[in-house]
Amino acid sequence: MDERVTAAALLLPDYLSQHVLLSAAALALGLLISVPLVVVASRRAAVRWPVLGFASVVQTVPSLALLALFYPLLLALSSASAYLFGYRFSALGFLPSLLALTLYSMLPILRNGVTGLMNVDPAIIEAARGVGMTSRQRLLRVELPLAAPVLMAGIRTAAVWVIGAATLSTPVGQTSLGNYIFSGLQVENWVAVLFGCGAAVALAIITDQLLALVESGVGKRAPVRVWIGVGLLMAGVAAAAMVQGGGERKATYIIGAKNFSEQYILADLMSTAIRKSGHAVSTRVDLGSVIAFRALANNDIDAYVDYSGTVWANVMGRKEWPARAQMVQEMRTALRQEHGVLLLGTLGFENAYALAMRRDRAQALGIRTIADLAQHSSELALGGDFEFFSRPEWGAVRDRYALHFRELRQFQPTFMYRALASRQVDVISAFSSDGRIAADDLLVLADPLQALPPYDAIVLISPARSSDPVLRQALAPLLGRIPIELMRQANYAVDRDADKRSPAQAAEWLSRAAHIR
Amino acid sequence: MISLRDVSKSFDGGRSFAVRDVSLDVAERVFLSIIGDSGSGKTTLLKMVNRLVDPDRGSVVVAGKPVDADAPHSLRRRIGYVFQGIGLFPHLNVAENVGITPRLLGWSEADIRARVEELIDLVSLPRSYLARMPSELSGGQQQRVGVARSLAARPSIMLMDEPFGALDPITRDTLGAEYRHLHDAMGLTTVMVTHDVMEAVLLSDRIVVIRQGAIVADGQPHELLVSHPDPGVRALMEMPRRQAERVRALMQDRAHRG
Repeated sequence: MDERVTAAALLLPDYLSQHVLLSAAALALGLLISVPLVVVASRRAAVRWPVLGFASVVQTVPSLALLALFYPLLLALSSASAYLFGYRFSALGFLPSLLALTLYSMLPILRNGVTGLMNVDPAIIEAARGVGMTSRQRLLRVELPLAAPVLMAGIRTAAVWVIGAATLSTPVGQTSLGNYIFSGLQVENWVAVLFGCGAAVALAIITDQLLALVESGVGKRAPVRVWIGVGLLMAGVAAAAMVQGGGERKATYIIGAKNFSEQYILADLMSTAIRKSGHAVSTRVDLGSVIAFRALANNDIDAYVDYSGTVWANVMGRKEWPARAQMVQEMRTALRQEHGVLLLGTLGFENAYALAMRRDRAQALGIRTIADLAQHSSELALGGDFEFFSRPEWGAVRDRYALHFRELRQFQPTFMYRALASRQVDVISAFSSDGRIAADDLLVLADPLQALPPYDAIVLISPARSSDPVLRQALAPLLGRIPIELMRQANYAVDRDADKRSPAQAAEWLSRAAHIR
Repeated sequence: MISLRDVSKSFDGGRSFAVRDVSLDVAERVFLSIIGDSGSGKTTLLKMVNRLVDPDRGSVVVAGKPVDADAPHSLRRRIGYVFQGIGLFPHLNVAENVGITPRLLGWSEADIRARVEELIDLVSLPRSYLARMPSELSGGQQQRVGVARSLAARPSIMLMDEPFGALDPITRDTLGAEYRHLHDAMGLTTVMVTHDVMEAVLLSDRIVVIRQGAIVADGQPHELLVSHPDPGVRALMEMPRRQAERVRALMQDRAHRG
């Protein structure tokens, strides 16, 4: 069997069981909220339209955005709770995912439930009143049983939606089958992507079929079918709970990582270093760029690697750009004072924004610096990652050099390099530590006016761990030991198409190549 | 047994009245029919007795007690109700449908089963039908179950709203006659709404004619058939008489030629 399939299969119990538990919890909570709402909404038009309207609006919010929005919301709630009751809860991972997916599950349940209840034959309602049922007896003995098949169809739809959307909970720090997809897409491990999609589809189909069994049992008044369906579903959830409950002991340290190869490698490098000191470690990978720092400040993760320019602009909101060393110096003080976060030190390389071109194209146009580029920019197309065009660096470099491109296009980073290779764009926003710069023989344009700010890789430690000796001692040997050439090579080993390495293998290689003890 | 006093009901806030200042007393063991055109207010009047409709004004007394003295559901458990829509519960079998009111009243399972079997015999259905679902029965059979269900908790009053209206003429005639027999045997007080004058004439002890929410005639069937000062009532009652005469003429004609 392919090594990548084996690697993916090893992760399956953890990813699948977390996915199952998250989906089941969201669906159960959705039902718990929706069914009473259905009853009230079917009886009062004044409640019906607001409830169905709200659920419809929620449905139109892209699910990834919905998940992302819950993180800051919960973070605010967590801070309020810490202030009021002295209790701080984790705003990362399970909770935001659960709430977003619960909201997501509600529309089909509400819509079908209300339709089912309102379509009960009026003659049957009159008979129920005529034989002397109370309003409650009418609901429980007549209306709900008759609406049950339609309601069940809604629950099936909700279950399939939730299982699909749960793959998107990875960027808010909840492990799910989406981990295969997000990480796989990032390092171009298509086996992992397919594995994740396949597992999610299989889970959705199996769940749907079991619920179909329950639905047909309800429709045909065959309790045996209902119990078999419900029993198998419960068994699946119980098995998932056992995998999670009986699994490894609770991790002592949690290392975070954003959603690209270098971050995976560095997270593995840090995890290994901590493990060597005899402590358990787990990782939360694929965190959104903004989420990572907030998660650290809220002690949801203990340490991660960020980049000085990113923190400088996004967290500290600073507009001017001091020199490399001075920036880190100022940042160390500011982070400590404002967030309690410890800036342990720099790793030694920069992952800065740079503008890069195919070498042959640059030579043909006689371009070597961004200043040269400015003279040709009106005929050229620039590709950027999702963040680039909304970042102050882009504004700075554009204004300093008076750049006016013919076209600006946004890409997922992997596809951005493809677009450059296939000449869909002429220039891209590259990262200086990206392995593809050397591999694709790209030319990084010089920045004579120093418009692009420094992006030193820095190790950040959460407020709660800022005086933890274990973490400091384990991570100190990494500081200043990783030159840009080695980081590029390690990144490329993960990103390339042929003879790919996993992030863990690349981290191991990097550790040896950089002579880290 | 039933006493409505000056009752009125408007469904549009007082612009028009479905029932206006009606008073009606129904003695024990009487079979009363209310007839009238559609929209005349006869169904509204009937539903005031078991509070499926509450009057805006006036009072309703059943068996010596104002109907609003108890919760509506406990009143309805003491009054049988049969209507054109039948309304059998499609998710319950025949036995469960018939036994529903005793079950709501908390009878023991053994008592419920005995009562259900007694009733299924009474409405002339085979006991093997008890396990069937309503959808497996014909319309006439369904309404037999409907009648059995309404009688289950031994009510002394029966309200019937076009009970046989949706059935074919033969079934309708049979069921009507059978019900009249049950009415006598069980000592019931029955109020039936119908737009079929012939049915009313053949089954009732007393007929009330209602038009635009008010009573325009009230008497025994033969009294109303003979003559009535109101031309509308005369026209209404003439129909069954004319039909009967035509049938008789037809038979005599046949006898002559034969």
